[in-house]
Amino acid sequence: MQVTMTVNGSEVTRDVEPRLLLVHFLRETLGLTGTHWGCDTSNCGTCVVLVDGEPVKSCTALAAMTAGHEVRTVEGLADGATLDPVQQGFMEEHGLQCGFCTPGMMLTARALLDRDPDPGEDVIREAISGQICRCTGYATIVRSIRWAADHPADRDAAAATTDQEVPA
Amino acid sequence: MTTVQDRSAMPQEREPNPALGSPERPIGFGRIQRKEDPRFIRGKGRYLDDVVLPGMLHGAILRSPLAHARIVSIDTTEALAHPKVHAVITGKDLEGLNLAWAPTLSADVQAVLATDKVRFQGQEVAFVVAEDRYSARDALELIDVEYEDLPPVIDARRALDPGTPVIRDDKEGQTDNHIFDWEAGDKAETDAVFARADVVVSQEVVYPRVHPAPMETCGAVADYDPVDGKLTLYETTQAPHAHRTLYAMVAGIPEHKIRILAGDIGGGFGNKVGIYPGYICAVVGSIVTGKPVKWVEDRSENLMSTSFARDYIMKGEVAATKDGTILAVRTHVLADHGAFNATAQPTKFPAGFFSIFTGSYDLEAAYCSVTGVYTNKAPGGVAYACSFRVTEAVYLVERMVDVLAQKLQMDPAELRLKNFIRPEQFPYKNKTGWEYDSGDYAPALRMCMEQIGYADLRREQEEKRARGELMGIGVSFFTETVGAGPRKHMDIVGLGMADGAEVRVHPTGKAVVRLSVQTQGQGHETTFAQIVGEELGIPTEDIQVVQGDTDQTPFGLGTYGSRSTPVSGAAVALAARKVREKAKAIAAAMLETRPEDLEWEKGRFFVTGDPTAAKTIQEVALGAHGTVALPEGIDGNLDAEVTYDPPNLTFPFGAYICVVDVDAGTGKVKVRRFVAVDDCGTRINPMIVEGQIHGGLADGVGMALMEFIGFDEQGNCLGGSFMDYLIPTAMEVPDWETGYTVTPSPHHPIGAKGIGESATVGSPPAVVNAVVDALAPFGVTHMDMPCTPARVWEAMQGRATPPI
Amino acid sequence: MQVPAPFDYVRATSVADVLDLLERHGPESRVIAGGHSLLPMMKLRLARPEWLIDINDLTELRHITVDGEWLRVGALTRHADLLASDVVAQLFPMIHDAEKVIADPVVRNRGTIGGSLGQADPAEDLTTVCDVLRAQVFITARTGERTVDIHAFHRGPYETACEQHELLTEIRFPIAARQGSAYEKVERRVGDWAVGAAGAALWMGEDGTIADATIGLTALGLEGLATEAAGVLVGERPSEDLFAEAADLARAASAPIEDQRGPVEYKRHLASELTRRALTRALDRAAHRTAVQGG
Repeated sequence: MQVTMTVNGSEVTRDVEPRLLLVHFLRETLGLTGTHWGCDTSNCGTCVVLVDGEPVKSCTALAAMTAGHEVRTVEGLADGATLDPVQQGFMEEHGLQCGFCTPGMMLTARALLDRDPDPGEDVIREAISGQICRCTGYATIVRSIRWAADHPADRDAAAATTDQEVPA
Repeated sequence: MTTVQDRSAMPQEREPNPALGSPERPIGFGRIQRKEDPRFIRGKGRYLDDVVLPGMLHGAILRSPLAHARIVSIDTTEALAHPKVHAVITGKDLEGLNLAWAPTLSADVQAVLATDKVRFQGQEVAFVVAEDRYSARDALELIDVEYEDLPPVIDARRALDPGTPVIRDDKEGQTDNHIFDWEAGDKAETDAVFARADVVVSQEVVYPRVHPAPMETCGAVADYDPVDGKLTLYETTQAPHAHRTLYAMVAGIPEHKIRILAGDIGGGFGNKVGIYPGYICAVVGSIVTGKPVKWVEDRSENLMSTSFARDYIMKGEVAATKDGTILAVRTHVLADHGAFNATAQPTKFPAGFFSIFTGSYDLEAAYCSVTGVYTNKAPGGVAYACSFRVTEAVYLVERMVDVLAQKLQMDPAELRLKNFIRPEQFPYKNKTGWEYDSGDYAPALRMCMEQIGYADLRREQEEKRARGELMGIGVSFFTETVGAGPRKHMDIVGLGMADGAEVRVHPTGKAVVRLSVQTQGQGHETTFAQIVGEELGIPTEDIQVVQGDTDQTPFGLGTYGSRSTPVSGAAVALAARKVREKAKAIAAAMLETRPEDLEWEKGRFFVTGDPTAAKTIQEVALGAHGTVALPEGIDGNLDAEVTYDPPNLTFPFGAYICVVDVDAGTGKVKVRRFVAVDDCGTRINPMIVEGQIHGGLADGVGMALMEFIGFDEQGNCLGGSFMDYLIPTAMEVPDWETGYTVTPSPHHPIGAKGIGESATVGSPPAVVNAVVDALAPFGVTHMDMPCTPARVWEAMQGRATPPI
Repeated sequence: MQVPAPFDYVRATSVADVLDLLERHGPESRVIAGGHSLLPMMKLRLARPEWLIDINDLTELRHITVDGEWLRVGALTRHADLLASDVVAQLFPMIHDAEKVIADPVVRNRGTIGGSLGQADPAEDLTTVCDVLRAQVFITARTGERTVDIHAFHRGPYETACEQHELLTEIRFPIAARQGSAYEKVERRVGDWAVGAAGAALWMGEDGTIADATIGLTALGLEGLATEAAGVLVGERPSEDLFAEAADLARAASAPIEDQRGPVEYKRHLASELTRRALTRALDRAAHRTAVQGG
C-alpha cells in the first residue's frame, strides 16, 4: 500500500507493507537512521519521534497509521546548519555518552519546551520517564534540557520582535 | 589615588604559551566538550543496525522455548520453501564445518547451534537467512523442532546434589554440574583468627542475576569475500582485536584476512565482550550465501541469552574485636555460571578478582573459596561493569561491615574510619595477594560525610524514628582493582592483557592516535586526545583518535574492567612521551643547540635562559619531515608506538552515602539523596569522569531496588523483556551529588586509575545499607536485593528471604 | 526487534464505516486506536488479526464534555487528554490519580480510554476507576447504540461485553455533588503494571454521613467492586476506625496471586492499606468539592 506523510518538513510517498512499523519506515525505507530501537515491549523509548508535535514511540506505530501526519525525527531538529538549543544543550552539559537514547530524549525535550518553556526539574524528569538511558544517570540530561530552556533559539526572539507593534 | 607598578622590577615577559589554552578551552586535561558529540546529536551515529551493504541479507535465530530438552528432530523444509529465504542453518550443518561448538573465554565450549540438547531457555537452535528482517522473522515460525523434555536444574544450591541431572553430558568425563573450585588467602591463618575473635558475624548475602542491558542490543554484519578469502565483520564488540584472533583460531580464516569493525556502540557494560553464536552464524551465513548477512538480536534475545552478570550466593563472615577492630573476613561463594562456562576474565582467575573482598580495611587474615556450577540458564556471569567480580566482592564486604556495625552498635562510618588502611601503609599488600598502589581513604569518607551533612541526617533519623517514619542512611566505601593487567599473570585465552597505542604527528602539527581499546560511550575520542594533548601541547581538536578497526589500530585486549585509561591510556602517554623525546632532539637540531640545553613547557621547547629561542611542537613536526639535518639515531618523523604491559593493577576508591525514605505502609523505597566522593587518581576530563560516575550510581539504584532476572521451576526466564527487567527511569533516581579527591597511581605514567565501573561497584551496597538501616526499628539486620516494595515489606514483617 | 505477522490495513472514515468494515472483514478483524496494547501483542505474535481497522481519524470520538449530570468521554480520548483536563481533575480526581501512573508520558500520548477498557487487562487501572465511579459504556453496532453498566461490561480477563462487530464509542461518568474519589497505586517503577492498587469514591450526605461509597481493587484478584467493604461505610459518619473496618473487608475480598511483583500476604496487605489511603483522600476531596451546577 502507498503511504504519504510529511517527514522533517518534506512530503514523502512510499510503497509499504501494512505491517511495516514506523521506526523501520524511517530507518530503512527513508534511510533516516537517527531514530533507534532497543526493546520489544514499548518500554525503552530509543525510538521516540514527534508525530504532530507529540512524542510517540515509533516502534508502536505503523507507517500506515502515520500517513497524513507530520513526523519530526532527530534529523529534523537542526535548522540547516543551526542547531536546536536542545542539541546544543546536550553537548554543553554532557547529556549523552553512547548517544543511543539521545535522539529520542532530545525530541521529547523539544516537545516539552515548546509547551512549557521553563520547566522545573521534576517536570523534566517526568517528561523523560518513558525513556531509558543506561549511561548518564539522567542528571546531565536534565541539565541539558535546562540549558536549552535558559538559551532559547535566537530565531524565536527575532520572530517575536517582528510581531510586536512598533511603540508610538 | 592611583598606584603605579614599578614594571622594571617585573621579569621579562615572553609571549603567552598558546598551548596552555584557556580556562574555557584547556589543552590537555580539563573540562572540554566531547569531540564525538556532533554526530550523535544530529542522529548521525553509525551503530551496527545502521550498517547497510549492497545485497545484504538478514538473519534470525530460532531459540529453544525449553530450559532442558533433547532435540528429537528439526524440520526446516517449510522454511527453506519460503520465497524470501536464502538459507537455513542448523547445528548439524555446523557440525560439518566443525563450528557447532565454539570455545568460550573460560576454557569451556558453547554450542553455536544446539545439536544434541538444549540447555537453557533461549538457546540458539537454528539460523535463518532471508531478504529482509520481516521475512526472516516469518521463516522462524516455519521451522518445526521436536523436543523431549528433560528435568531442568534451576536452583544453584541444588545443582551439586546427588542424582541431579547432568547438564553437560557433552563433556567427556563430566558426571555432575561442578565447574571449578578456587580459593585465595590463607585458610588456616584465617580460621585461627576467627577462633580467637571476640565477635563473629555471619550472613548469607546474595548478589542476584542481573543484566547489563545496554540500550543497543548485540549484532553483527558479516561480509565474506570468497575471491579474497577475506572476512569483514562489523560487530558490537568491546574487544575488536581479541575477537579477530579468536575468529582466526576458531573459524580457520587466517588472521590477516579478518577485519573487525566496531563503529559506534550503544553501550557495552561488558555485554559486548564475548563472541555470541549469532555472530558466528552471521559469518557462516555470509559464507554460505555469498552475500553480506546482518544479524541483530531483539531485546528478549539480549536478556535471555547474552552474558548476564553476578548470580553469586556468598556466605560472608567477619571476625572482630569487641571495640570494633576488624580482624579477618572469610567467605564461601556458590557461583552460578549457567549452562556453559563463558565468563570473561583472566585465565588464572575463574572467580575474577573476587579476592579483593578484603575491601579497604587493614586485616590480619582473609580467605575465600568459590565453587562454580552449571545450571540450565544462559551462560555468562562477568558483565555489567563488575570489574571482574569486584562488584560482588565489594558488595559482600560492605554489607558485612554494616552487619558488624549493627552488631556492635557502632556508627557504620566510624567503624570504617577505624579500620581503613592508613595512608602510610601504601603500597599495601592485602591478605590475598593484591598490592594496592595508593590510597588515602579517611579524607574521602569525611568529605562525603561533610557534603551530605551526616550528623544532621542522623539527628533527623532519630526524630523520624520517634514518629514511626522510616529513613535510612547507607554508607559504602570501596576499593576496586582494575586495569588488567600484567601479562605474566593476566591473559584471556592466552592473550596477555597488554595494550598497544600509536601516536603520529603530521607535518602540519596535527596528530593521530590509534587505540586498541574501544569506546561504547566513555568518550575515548576526547579523553585519549586529551592525554596526547597534555603530553605534547597539541589542541584536542587537532588530534584524531582512531579505534574500532583492526586494520588500522594496534593490538590490544579491548575495553572492559575499567582498563582503558590504566592500560591504553598509559600506552598513549608513553607513546606521546617518546614522540616528545624525539621532538626534543629535532628541536635542538633546529635551534642549533644540544637537547640538554632545552626546556619543555606544554607545546614548545625553548633554550634555557632564552625564552625567545623556541620551537613549537608544530614547527618541530614540519622540521622532522623537512630538510633539517637530523641527529644521529633519529629518523624523519614524530611517530611512536608502545605496547604497555602494566606493572600492576590500579585501585580507584570512593566513599558513597545514600539516603532513603521508606513508606512503612507499602515498602516502597525512595532514594532521596546520594553523595559520591570518588578518587580515580588523575582526572583527564572532569565532565566525563562525572558522567561515568552518574551512570554507575543509577546502576546501583537499579540493582538495589528493581533489576532481577528470575526463573521459575521449569527454567522459564522471567526477566526476558523490559516489562519485567526494570531499569530505573529519571523518576527513580535523585540528582547526584559528587565530590572528589586525587590520589595518583604511583606506577601509572599519568597517575590515572580509571573510573568506568567505580560507581556500579560502590553504589549497590550504599543503597542496600540505607534500606536495611531504615528497617532497623523492625529488627532487620539484612535483606537481599532487589529491595522491591514487596520484599521490603516482607522484611519488615520478619520474613526477609533471598531472591534465589 | 520483533515484528508482526502480515495483515491488511484500512482506515475508517466514520463510525458507520468502522461497523461496516468489521462486519465485512469478519472475526479476524480488529480496530486499532492508540495501538499500545494491540501492536505489542501483534509484535510478539500473540495476536494475529487479518485486518486492522484504524479508527484514529474518528475525531468525533475524542472529547471530554460535561453534559448535564454526566461527564462524557469519547472512547478515542487519549490518556494524556484525561490527565491534562482540568474538568476531569476537578470532578473525578481519581481519574487524574490513575492517569498519572498509567504507563508513561509518551505512551499516554497514544493510548486511549476505549482501548484500555477494551483490552480489559486484569491489571488495568481504568477498569477499576470506571467500576468505582459507576461509569456507563456506550457500544455502537449497526443495529444501534446500547448502554452497558461498567460492571456488565467486564466479563473477565481480556473479555468484555463489546462484541467483535461492535464499537465502544463513549464512557459516561455520573456527576454528583459532594463526591470525592481517589486512586492509590503501588508500582515497582514508573510504567510498570500495578503490584496492587485501590480506588474509592464517597458520596457525602448533607448531614456529613456517607450517603454512598464504592471501593475497587486492581491486580489483587477482585473482579468488580468490593461491595461488602463499601457497604459498612454507607450511612455512617466517616472515621479512621470506620475506614479501617472497610479496608479490612477489602482485604478479605481480595484474592491475589503470588508472582514476581510480590507474595500473597503482601498484596492482601496492600488491599487494606491502599483502600484506607484511598478512602481518606476521597473524603478530603469530597469536603473540598463544591456542588456542581446543572448543565
